[in-house]
Amino acid sequence: MASSWPLIRLLPKKTNFTYVKFAGFAAFLSIAAVTASLVSMVTGGFRENPIELYQRAEGAPLARAGAVLERGFNLGIDFRGGVSILIEAPNPIDQEALRALGQQAQEGDVEVQGTTCRPVNAPPYCALLNFETAPDQADTVEEIRDGLGEITAGARIANVDAVSAKVSEELFSGGLIALGLAILLMLVYIWFRFEWFFGLGGVLALFHDVILTLGLFSVFRFEFTLTIIAALLTIIGYSMNDTVVVFDRLRENLRKYKKMPLGELVDLSLNETLSRTIITGCTALFSLIGLLYLGGEALSGFAIAMIFGIIVGTYSSLYVAAPSLLLWGVKRGREGSSEKRVAPQTAG
Amino acid sequence: MLQIARWRVILVAVVTAMGIAFAFPNFVPERLRDQIPDFLPKQAINLGLDLRGGSQLLLEIETATLRRQQLDNFADQMAAALREADPQIRFTGRGVVADAARVRLIDPTQMEAARRALRPLALSTTNNNEIASYTENPDGLIEARLSEAHLRELSRQAAQQSIEVIRRRIDPNGTSEVTIVRQGDDRIIVQAPGVSDPEMLKERIGQTALMTFHMVRDVSPEEAATGRLPPGTMVVEPYPDSGGSQEIVERRPRFTGERLVRANPSTDSQTSEFVLSFALDSEGTRIFCRITRENTGNRFAILLDNQVLTAPRINEPICGGTGQISGNFTAESANNLAVMLRAGALPAPLTVIDERTVDASLGADAIESGGKASAVAGLVTFVFMVLAYGLFGIFACVALLINGILVIAAMSMIGAALTLPGIAGLILTIAMAVDANVLIYERMREEAAAGRGPALAIDAGFNRAMITIVDANLTTILAAAVLFQFGAGPVRGFAWTLSIGVITSVFTAVLVTQILIAWWFRLARPKTLPI
Repeated sequence: MASSWPLIRLLPKKTNFTYVKFAGFAAFLSIAAVTASLVSMVTGGFRENPIELYQRAEGAPLARAGAVLERGFNLGIDFRGGVSILIEAPNPIDQEALRALGQQAQEGDVEVQGTTCRPVNAPPYCALLNFETAPDQADTVEEIRDGLGEITAGARIANVDAVSAKVSEELFSGGLIALGLAILLMLVYIWFRFEWFFGLGGVLALFHDVILTLGLFSVFRFEFTLTIIAALLTIIGYSMNDTVVVFDRLRENLRKYKKMPLGELVDLSLNETLSRTIITGCTALFSLIGLLYLGGEALSGFAIAMIFGIIVGTYSSLYVAAPSLLLWGVKRGREGSSEKRVAPQTAG
Repeated sequence: MLQIARWRVILVAVVTAMGIAFAFPNFVPERLRDQIPDFLPKQAINLGLDLRGGSQLLLEIETATLRRQQLDNFADQMAAALREADPQIRFTGRGVVADAARVRLIDPTQMEAARRALRPLALSTTNNNEIASYTENPDGLIEARLSEAHLRELSRQAAQQSIEVIRRRIDPNGTSEVTIVRQGDDRIIVQAPGVSDPEMLKERIGQTALMTFHMVRDVSPEEAATGRLPPGTMVVEPYPDSGGSQEIVERRPRFTGERLVRANPSTDSQTSEFVLSFALDSEGTRIFCRITRENTGNRFAILLDNQVLTAPRINEPICGGTGQISGNFTAESANNLAVMLRAGALPAPLTVIDERTVDASLGADAIESGGKASAVAGLVTFVFMVLAYGLFGIFACVALLINGILVIAAMSMIGAALTLPGIAGLILTIAMAVDANVLIYERMREEAAAGRGPALAIDAGFNRAMITIVDANLTTILAAAVLFQFGAGPVRGFAWTLSIGVITSVFTAVLVTQILIAWWFRLARPKTLPI
């Protein structure tokens, strides 16, 4: 067995990065990024004026604020409501003719997108026909189906999603509630397993990760679907997972080195868990990159969210969750009882 | 030191063997699956609609209509109860205004008697809960409002009945794979795999109940045994739970439910059985009068959706345009049936609020690309782990392999649907499953670096990493639990694979690797840790 294999031997056994030293700079970076994300969410990805949007919207102030927020994302059919019809054809599709057909089938806003086709076995050309509302979707779909043949021979409808306004609103608010609930659960969990100051640091990191991921989707106008909510919840799980590993070590070291200054302690704990952070992060990233390239369009949004989330989640565990403890400090020198509880395990 | 208790080995062996047994049907082509012996599981993973293609409809009961109908009924019942209790109580204005059913006593001094007569109505016949409350006005007006709990219960019942009706209409033989389930109080999900045009589904669901009146052709048992039916007749099955029986009736209906102007539950004045009374329009009255006169002594059948509700004998010509149907009813079933007859079999109109259609080829594509992505993710993780940890990496890969089998087995066993996001969950699980191994191995490396011998380091690695592993994985489980609450269809599939994967991965990464390393240690007796 060569000494350089397993490759883990190449990783230094002991690293001495000083995270805390850069915590100030990291904090500045994070705050700037979070602010930019929030601004993007209310300005439609830096494309619209929120005050105008607010004034144009109708209803109670809260509903108006909601309308502004909705423009912040490229909402998918799940959250936007309406009808979306995917059309596939062996020959090029005339988008103008398709739009005309759509307008004929139903009054109101019609949007036609030339979309990237599926990766395998698909007819080479496809288009997406979106209706903002669907008073009578049955007739609409039927009319499109009948008229398709004239636009391009052999075309067919591959996918229809029709979501009523009621359902889309429910899904939207349900998604927000789910995110809030997940973060709350994590706070309670950390609080219960650790101490309140750990919980606060962990949750701060979670907000950081979720807001940045939302910001990514807002700025780049990636389609925001139900699956992205699933990705966000998973990011919350992953980021928390990462944070918990660091906190676990920090707690252990707090008992081990009672006299060490907190800053050094944080650095030590982060260094000790660094190789794990790198390896787990890498396996997750490699798999997700595979998913991004092979998983097809439907999952690419998920893969993008997860890849970004894992990078940000790892960063936030190192530079947000742990250093934030320095802000409010930790309670130290607890009674020896907790130390005794650990002792038998050490003996192994 | 590094002793593995026998029960652990047995546990791992048993779980792995069961995992293989339950996962096995997934690797057998569908047509050969029947040949698996009966003592082994045959259930393969249930594919979600987005992977196999098909249509899904989310239907919502129009609760406003339902409430209106129930109030209407309640007003009828109030009138009937007053009449029955004491013919001296005179009232007018039976009807429904806004959210209340009302009657107006002509003589307000009879309020006390009316109150006594109406009280039983306000209590549920099944569990004595209060289902309605009255407000009395000094001028004799009595208003009844149905309780929220009761209305919710009615919605639920209506959804349940609708499910039955929908099933009879779109899957009369029970042979197709349509699933119809209630969601929440007033919603129904219809999933029809392989159906690429949901219009047909919607048409069938939305059709109104067909109530038809046919003459019964009494056939002698000998004739029936020959299997030959008299010309122009058909055999019809009884309507579920109606107490009817199979009959041979004329194919051509004498008239249909369009002629029905009223249907409501009441009690027979002589037998005090629950009956359904109905009234016909003038044309219906004329036809009914004629056929009952011509066929006195024979039987006629009332069919709903071509199933026999009841087949009474005509004792005398009925020319008043009203009648009663008796059929083993309870207060509830008579009420339900009345509602159905008026609204058309479905207890209330249904609206489609969400509709998804996925072409089967799209689903096949998704499976193919998802499968490829999973394979690549698995392979990458394998290679990475072996490169990073050498022999211990191989152990981790064995654990990962068993983990994969267990996830497939658990999905097959539970019958949870595998969806496209579910595949993503699977990939994520593969990647995260090695996290536990990484935590353990890194801990071992630290312990070894701190000067412990290999045996001690290995032991300490497992013991001390355990708390962290549990802590870290519980967070993912919590996130998945939230997803279950929130998730519809595909996203729920993701929550399934993620949570199953986390649980099995902790099991395999800890127990399986521990056993493998212990065995290896006993054989190799290494002087230093190989990582």
